[in-house]
Amino acid sequence: MDFGLSDDQELLQKSARDFLARECTPSVVRQAAQATPGSSEAVERRMAEMGWPGVLVPESYGGLALGMLDAAVLIGELGRVAAPGPFLFSAVLATQAIMTAGNRMQKQEWLPKLASGHATATMALLEASDRLDPPGVRTRARRLASGYRISGAKLFVPYAHTADVLITACRTSGSDGASGITLFLVDRRSPGLTIRLLDTIDRTRRVCEVELRNVQVGREHVLGLVGGGWPVIAKILDVAAVALAADALGGAERVLEMSVDYSKTREQFGRPIGSFQAIKHMAAEMVAEVEPARSLLWYAAYAQDERKREATRAASMAKASLCDIFARSANRAVQMHGGIGFTWEHDLHLWFKRAKWNELAFGDPTYHRERVATLSAF
Amino acid sequence: MDLSFNQNEIAFRGEVRRWLQRNIPRRERKAVPAEFGDPKRIAELRAWQRKLYEAGYLAMSWPKQYGGRADPDTDKRQTLMRQTIVAEETLKARAPSVIGMMGVQMVGPTLMQYGTEAQKRTFLPRILDAEHIWCQGYSEPGSGSDLASLKTRAELVGDFFIVNGQKVWTSNAQFADWMFCLTRTDPSAPKHNGISYILIDMKTPGITVRPLVQMTGDKGFNEVFFEDVRVPRENLVGELNQGWQVANATLSHERNMLGSTTRTQQMFEGLLHVARTRRRGGKPPSTDPLIRQRLADLAIRVESMKYHSYRQLTDLLRGRSPGIAASVNKLVSTELNHAICALAIEVLGDYGVLDRKSRHVVDRGIWPYEFMFTLGLIIGGGTSQIQKNIISERGLGMPKGS
Repeated sequence: MDFGLSDDQELLQKSARDFLARECTPSVVRQAAQATPGSSEAVERRMAEMGWPGVLVPESYGGLALGMLDAAVLIGELGRVAAPGPFLFSAVLATQAIMTAGNRMQKQEWLPKLASGHATATMALLEASDRLDPPGVRTRARRLASGYRISGAKLFVPYAHTADVLITACRTSGSDGASGITLFLVDRRSPGLTIRLLDTIDRTRRVCEVELRNVQVGREHVLGLVGGGWPVIAKILDVAAVALAADALGGAERVLEMSVDYSKTREQFGRPIGSFQAIKHMAAEMVAEVEPARSLLWYAAYAQDERKREATRAASMAKASLCDIFARSANRAVQMHGGIGFTWEHDLHLWFKRAKWNELAFGDPTYHRERVATLSAF
Repeated sequence: MDLSFNQNEIAFRGEVRRWLQRNIPRRERKAVPAEFGDPKRIAELRAWQRKLYEAGYLAMSWPKQYGGRADPDTDKRQTLMRQTIVAEETLKARAPSVIGMMGVQMVGPTLMQYGTEAQKRTFLPRILDAEHIWCQGYSEPGSGSDLASLKTRAELVGDFFIVNGQKVWTSNAQFADWMFCLTRTDPSAPKHNGISYILIDMKTPGITVRPLVQMTGDKGFNEVFFEDVRVPRENLVGELNQGWQVANATLSHERNMLGSTTRTQQMFEGLLHVARTRRRGGKPPSTDPLIRQRLADLAIRVESMKYHSYRQLTDLLRGRSPGIAASVNKLVSTELNHAICALAIEVLGDYGVLDRKSRHVVDRGIWPYEFMFTLGLIIGGGTSQIQKNIISERGLGMPKGS
């Protein structure tokens, strides 16, 4: 029995926290929020030098060969600074998809580039219906003599505009079943592929609309089995739930700290507002939510690698719990700050908006609670 | 991260489980709670604690010379794991409660830290074998959350303290043999500096115990009156007027968190059973989407506390300070237990408010009973609001109010 981060994981966390506090300051986040790529080149480069994009990748492909809990530690630190950039979507989700379903050639082609930060990838799953289940995949891939021709439209695709490859969920047979879904590795520069950035309130993230008009791909671009895409997607959705929960944990910690710091210096009625119980109890409630949820997140991350039968339920529990808690914490944090917390000038809204994105992306808390209910056979 | 138990621990768990199966008295599940004060029941519970102690399952970390099981060579990590396993298994097996828990968890550790050698030798073994059942003399009518304002006076005259005053909400006083009591020994000093921690034999002349009836309708706790009660000076624990520090050490003693989360899991299982098997509008409540949301929310909170207790156990094993963890546990667990009971009552509908005596009652009326009882636990042992003060002031360093 040893339920906690290992010495190595604590060291990783500390070095990540120090680095990001120094290099990924709110002004860096704001600059990235203004610019099209939606990430900081300097921060991305340093992360690559430290090997972070290869956190999950085996050593034989140039990665660090660590597990989901290690990835969750890094994601948590990125969430703590509201870091912009494709890390979660490329280094965790898309990389995991290639590791799970890729053949040797595909792994050799992509994993070293992804691990070293020389390329990024993303998952193109959702469409206009915003459904996370098999009927949501309507984009068609038709068989040609030489490969496939893809037509359709994807929505809410994170960092598609800078990704080298889009792992795209397509329907190769049927109309709504899971068995007709196939994943394709689609080059972003393919003829017929158009990407438009979506405007969202969360400026620390970039999401895109991807239009595929008769995009031709070779047979070697099928990721995994033809018709076998859904189980891979299901696994990636679990990983995404844990990853967003990890980001939410970091964010919740940070908004709590900001609020407590502010309450110690801001004075009203002749004393620091942090001496009023109305304020103290809001802070204590945040602690009482965050601390047990941190333990849940660690378990959910651990379960992805070590308790596969419980992995899905644990992922949904963590997603529902932490994304709710982050959103609630951000709300309390704004209230604890008063008027200044509602301004564009103050940094707090970066987290407030990110909390909302985390809550709604990859299944909202209501969706995940129903999944918990179903998986627990209530 | 490793959630598995080692061979030694698995074997020990099996041994405890088998022992409990053989030794838990039959009909235990229908037994009345100790709080009702029935002398026959108290005698049974003393016998149960002695049995548990003699089997080696109580106070495993206490030194041998005071009746415990540990010597300097004892593996601390192993002891801690074993204590945890016993706590889990006794709850799972629905074993009788340990009637002398206040002695085992509160006075015992305090005496080990602050007691004289004579106090240790006199009291510690008797705490373990249930010869002495202890009660806690802390709250007073005018001193609840502001405990340090307590007024029960202990005046040192010669070799005796003369105690006058009143305690309230005193659980177990109706059958306890001893009380650990906070008294005012220096009324002129600032409130935290004039308190002494003394041990009072409940059979001393001048003590009157009057039961109070709780919201549940049961006599659960008491008022205790002191009129010129003579307490030998050697019953002082720690220094004179330093009782506040002594009491705080007791409050911060490690509580076995895993025990309480096991209880919460059991309550949730009970709720789930009700939600699956009862009918509301002709269907099991567990098929209603809104009820499912709330069940899932509770399941998530219960599961979080389970892993949280593993994390705290690990911190303890690694020798790290628990910080404000005990306050977070108290706040979260008591609110969670009450929320579980509240949903159970809700899914029972009109049946949810039937008293135990009603012929239509469900589950012997435990849900309305627990619904009320768990509200009491939100208040007792430091209210939720006091826990929030502790978390924010000690945990987050927020300034104290004026």
